[in-house]
Amino acid sequence: MGRYVIRRLLQMIPVFFGTTLLIFLMVNVMGDPIAGLCGDRQCDPATAAQLRSEFGLDKPVWQQYLTYMGNVFTGDFGTAFNGQKVTELMATAFPITIRLTVVAVVFEVVIGISLGVVTGLRRGRPVDTTVLILTLVVIAVPTFVTGLLLQLLLGVKWGIIKPSVSADPTFDELLVPGLVLASVSLAYVTRLTRTSIAENARADYVRTAVAKGLPRRRVVVRHLLRNSLIPVVTFIGTDVGALMGGAIVTERIFNIHGVGYQLYQGILRQNSQTVVGFVTILVLVFLAANLIVDLLYAVLDPRIRYA
Amino acid sequence: MRGATQVRWAACAVAVALTATACGGGGGDDGGSGGADGIVSSSWGDPQNPLEPANTNEVQGGKVLDMVFRGLIRYDPKTGEAENMVAESIDSTDSQNFTIKLKDGWTFSNGEKVTAKSFVDAWNYGAALKNNQKNAYFFQYIEGYDKVHPESGSASAETLSGLKVVDDLTFTAKLTQKFSLWPDTLGYSAFVPLPKAFYDDHDAWLSKPVGNGPYTIESYAKGSSMNLRKWDDYPGDDKAKNGGVDLKVFTDNNTAYTDLTSGNLDLVDDVPASQLRNVEADLGDRYINTPAGIIQTLAFPFYDKEWDTDDARKVRQGLSMAINRPQITDQIFQKTRTPASDWTSPVLGEEGGFKKGLCGKECTYDKAAAKKLIDEGGGIPGGRLKISYNADTGSHKEWVDAVCNSINNVMGDNKACVGGPVGTFADFRAQVSTQKLKSAWRAGWQMDYPLIQNFLQPLYYTNAPSNDGKWSNEEFDGLIDKANAETDKAKAVTTFQDAEKILVTEMPVIPLWYQNGSAGYSDRVDNVALNPFSVPVYEEITVK
Repeated sequence: MGRYVIRRLLQMIPVFFGTTLLIFLMVNVMGDPIAGLCGDRQCDPATAAQLRSEFGLDKPVWQQYLTYMGNVFTGDFGTAFNGQKVTELMATAFPITIRLTVVAVVFEVVIGISLGVVTGLRRGRPVDTTVLILTLVVIAVPTFVTGLLLQLLLGVKWGIIKPSVSADPTFDELLVPGLVLASVSLAYVTRLTRTSIAENARADYVRTAVAKGLPRRRVVVRHLLRNSLIPVVTFIGTDVGALMGGAIVTERIFNIHGVGYQLYQGILRQNSQTVVGFVTILVLVFLAANLIVDLLYAVLDPRIRYA
Repeated sequence: MRGATQVRWAACAVAVALTATACGGGGGDDGGSGGADGIVSSSWGDPQNPLEPANTNEVQGGKVLDMVFRGLIRYDPKTGEAENMVAESIDSTDSQNFTIKLKDGWTFSNGEKVTAKSFVDAWNYGAALKNNQKNAYFFQYIEGYDKVHPESGSASAETLSGLKVVDDLTFTAKLTQKFSLWPDTLGYSAFVPLPKAFYDDHDAWLSKPVGNGPYTIESYAKGSSMNLRKWDDYPGDDKAKNGGVDLKVFTDNNTAYTDLTSGNLDLVDDVPASQLRNVEADLGDRYINTPAGIIQTLAFPFYDKEWDTDDARKVRQGLSMAINRPQITDQIFQKTRTPASDWTSPVLGEEGGFKKGLCGKECTYDKAAAKKLIDEGGGIPGGRLKISYNADTGSHKEWVDAVCNSINNVMGDNKACVGGPVGTFADFRAQVSTQKLKSAWRAGWQMDYPLIQNFLQPLYYTNAPSNDGKWSNEEFDGLIDKANAETDKAKAVTTFQDAEKILVTEMPVIPLWYQNGSAGYSDRVDNVALNPFSVPVYEEITVK
């Protein structure tokens, strides 16, 4: 187990450097960011030159990358164009997005798995068909439509929620945005669980458990569900990273100032320090989530532990 | 038994969904009391640069500076006319040496007196190259600017030699050239005074700017919100009529608009284009649509030989006549733009130099004449007009396509004009400012101060900073110089207009339309208006 973890950790190093380099190159290909700083007029050349040297933009890209990575290891992610430290931006943005992601994942787990189990045990029945159609609709409708619709109905028409959240939103403010963010994944979780449950319901060990006279609840939760969760856990694990990075749309709709907002702003203003910094952290989140998934496998299915 | 479990599961899911919506409704604040202490909540955008007066060159940061600072001059929020604010008088006998006297009794909100030194130090700071201030060029007319801010290399002086403090309330400014309208430019936020705290602890000041305006900053969470409160001891006569303003950053103006319609926000100063169709139904007379000092144009590359010929001049005139401005402003902009018929803006007023119809038939849609002119000029250089624009913000695609359609119709050729999207604004600006574009591009100009000079000189004077197309015309330059030296304001304006008339025949850029400011407000507030810069006049807003 220990060696397995170490190997996984070592694998993260090239992935980390590769992704940051790629992002760095991509942002740089987009052109000169200083040109956009002065609005519809030309920056005066002397100031532009000075800004360029201040942000290190006058050096070749490889040198910029090396300096940048060197700084990153000392915890310095550089400065955004508005004069704020990128670490400062991260300190405000990540807690909000983590809160949003937690809400979304809880929805996925609670609603998704519940519905999956129900439909998996009752396949072909009206409940199953209804949920299948519903998930199909959710998957087919883009997030921004669901988001705007919920915002319009709950926020404007019925006044149950505020259409936009406050600057430092609490968990209850994030419930609706979290649900919107989770919606598509939630549908996938439902379907994954359903299939998995339906498949395993016919397995020998379930029949044995039933034959032993175990209570139905115990059969479903301890035997059936535990074995059916592996693909679902994989999905949810990788989804954590996707939710954090992919929250741009949801965050825009509900005016949440999280990671998505900072990334969007960074890309729009072509602020490589912000974009690369945030993506670096997201990459780490992705890698960590994957690692945890792999470790969870071992917990769920002891056979994997010894393989 | 089985049925029971099923019901329980369903009940669970419903319960979760219900709590989700029910909990989300909590935590509402009603914005406090009304009347003179009422707080106005307003939409805001994240300022692009640190909030230093000489470093703020866009509307969002400017909005705050306008609330927190007062300079020598202030532009009347209704007429745009320059009026003395902190200045007692700004006198000159030769249009080149100015004596500025300040009113007594002005202080910063931290108690420090506003003196001549507060201005001179602030201007020196703004002009100095080492401070990286994006508005440094506003000080370019003051003698010594080329020393503190050389075009290349390092500065050879720390302060502007043209500025001298005479006594506590008097200072003098010497310009490098005659410029009679110079005092009228001093209302721009780059010229405001700064307190000592600005230099003593710069970071602390930036996180909570201190000024001499009707509002003070109570709290500022960078990137998300700013709470401004009325300054009770404000010495000026434009005291705030509300208790304060809460600015809230919105990533998407659609969300801000939704917040307004659901009653969570009092003021939105940028109605999203997609909502223009519903705005009258949603807000009725609480929707404002008034002219702002912004003009949009099509610019051409004069550094490219093909465009800098006499024939190309005819083509540009023809293209101008091939654009159906009224149709596009009606259908695409829902009348939030007005077809342009000169190169300035209606906010200047007749006296300030706006002249409706100055461009004449050259800016009027005329299918036959347009085609004739373009053909006479030998057709569009390069065979096809490509209009470059940035596709990331501002929804330029729609109108560029409409302009192209209009031109294609006239030419009877589906490919005579095409749009050329560029991914980001930064990339677009980089291509424009490094002369990479070989055909037309969208251009826009937001005035710095309501003067006809500001609509002409920075844009069309030879090698002027925003003359991106590198157009050059000796006669035009001569008239601008003459107008600047004119001591009589009315005469100066007519001379500027004479210069503007050259633009009709040369058509260095095609004027498209004047942009309006649009805003909407809730029924909680009253007396909402936009100033000529399309910024709400916050201090005048009253809360019911």
